[in-house]
Amino acid sequence: MDEHEHGLAEPPREHVGARRLGRAGFLGVVGAGVATLFYGQAVSRVASRVTSPISDATGLDRLIPSGGWRIYTVADSMPSFDPVTWRLRIDGLVRTPAELSYRDLLALPKAQQVSTFHCVTGWVVGGVRWGGVRFRDLLAPAGVLPRAGALRFVSAERPYDDYLDLRQASLRDVMLAYEMDGRPLPREHGAPVRVVIPDMYGYKNVKWVERIELVVRPGSGYWEQRGYDRDAWVGRSNGYG
Amino acid sequence: MASAGALEQTAAAAARPRYVERFTLTERLLHWVHASAFFCLLGSGLVLYLPSLSAAVGRRPLVKDVHFWTGVSWAGAILAVSALGNRRALFATLREIDTFDRDDRRFLAGQVRAPQGRFNAGQKVNAILTAAFSVLFLVSGLLLWYGERDTRFRLGGTVLLHDALMYVSVVVVAGHLYLSLLHPSTRHALRGIVRGTVREDWARAHHAKWRPRASDRRPRLR
Repeated sequence: MDEHEHGLAEPPREHVGARRLGRAGFLGVVGAGVATLFYGQAVSRVASRVTSPISDATGLDRLIPSGGWRIYTVADSMPSFDPVTWRLRIDGLVRTPAELSYRDLLALPKAQQVSTFHCVTGWVVGGVRWGGVRFRDLLAPAGVLPRAGALRFVSAERPYDDYLDLRQASLRDVMLAYEMDGRPLPREHGAPVRVVIPDMYGYKNVKWVERIELVVRPGSGYWEQRGYDRDAWVGRSNGYG
Repeated sequence: MASAGALEQTAAAAARPRYVERFTLTERLLHWVHASAFFCLLGSGLVLYLPSLSAAVGRRPLVKDVHFWTGVSWAGAILAVSALGNRRALFATLREIDTFDRDDRRFLAGQVRAPQGRFNAGQKVNAILTAAFSVLFLVSGLLLWYGERDTRFRLGGTVLLHDALMYVSVVVVAGHLYLSLLHPSTRHALRGIVRGTVREDWARAHHAKWRPRASDRRPRLR
């Protein structure tokens, strides 16, 4: 090919075997990357079935910063937690509005579970060990009025809030978690308490919950006001599935 | 006396190394625009990505804006320098990087003594990867930005791709920094990308097939 470009019968000695490979390489890498956009998740799911026994055995997973978590926040700084002054307020459509201290919360029946956390942006953290309180145990003392149909979770991170209806909140693996992987919930994960609903994307798993308001029906939470689905079922909402 | 002065002058000229021009101002500008943007994007990106940094820095909406607008400015600056700079030289450079001859392939196969042109084959691969990654970073970054605003732009693999590109780029850039700042036989190349010129004897030893123009006169401004 170079012969034509140089107009020579024989290429100069210093360019023996010259081939235009750069463009092909460039397009190949770009093509592979673009394919990753569409098939990357499926490939990594299949690949992790092969690699997860290996990484479990070798601890290679620990090389990924903080086990694959990323911390999404909407305010300028993260709320900080003081176990002495912290209170969880339960109000709205209840018989008796309640205020629980951190100690009150820990005294409630403790539930534990291992579940997978899905972010709507595509990252997933598997095998998270949560400890916390089921909502029926949490709400029983306040007495939910018959008119109430949903919970509004208000985060100490203003202006974040989101909703679950009562049926969703009573699914068997939904809780208000105060422990993660055997330790008190870390600040960046919502200390001291966050919602855990594994079947829904992370934005429904409100962090830094400081108030639970019983309301008639679910409204639009922070991300729902920005175009995300109210019922954020993993794989069946937000353009997926 | 006059002849002694002349002798001194020739001796000084012989001792003074001769320099040849390796990079035009356009090429150097492109390199430094890209390099500075890369580190701004890496820094702000890591604050968004690493939980410990996210917690320490906070102000996520601001960091997000910094990251996004750095990316947009980077793309704009690259396009502007390419359009307004020495386009003829850039096209010639593109051709050089595109072409791999037998010696280049031997170089990549591990024979690093194979005679090389102005760019050795490793530098060509670095340039091609950098260009391809830039396109992919830009596309996946814009998809992340738009995907937050419109579900139609939300693709399952976007985050995966953007992260993977970051990991591979950090490795590639680390290698690039090692060769240009530390490795004794290659670090002279740094002078080329800063001032445009390199020592002629170094060029002959490391880039034997390159026929550079001597730069006795002042370097080309473009």
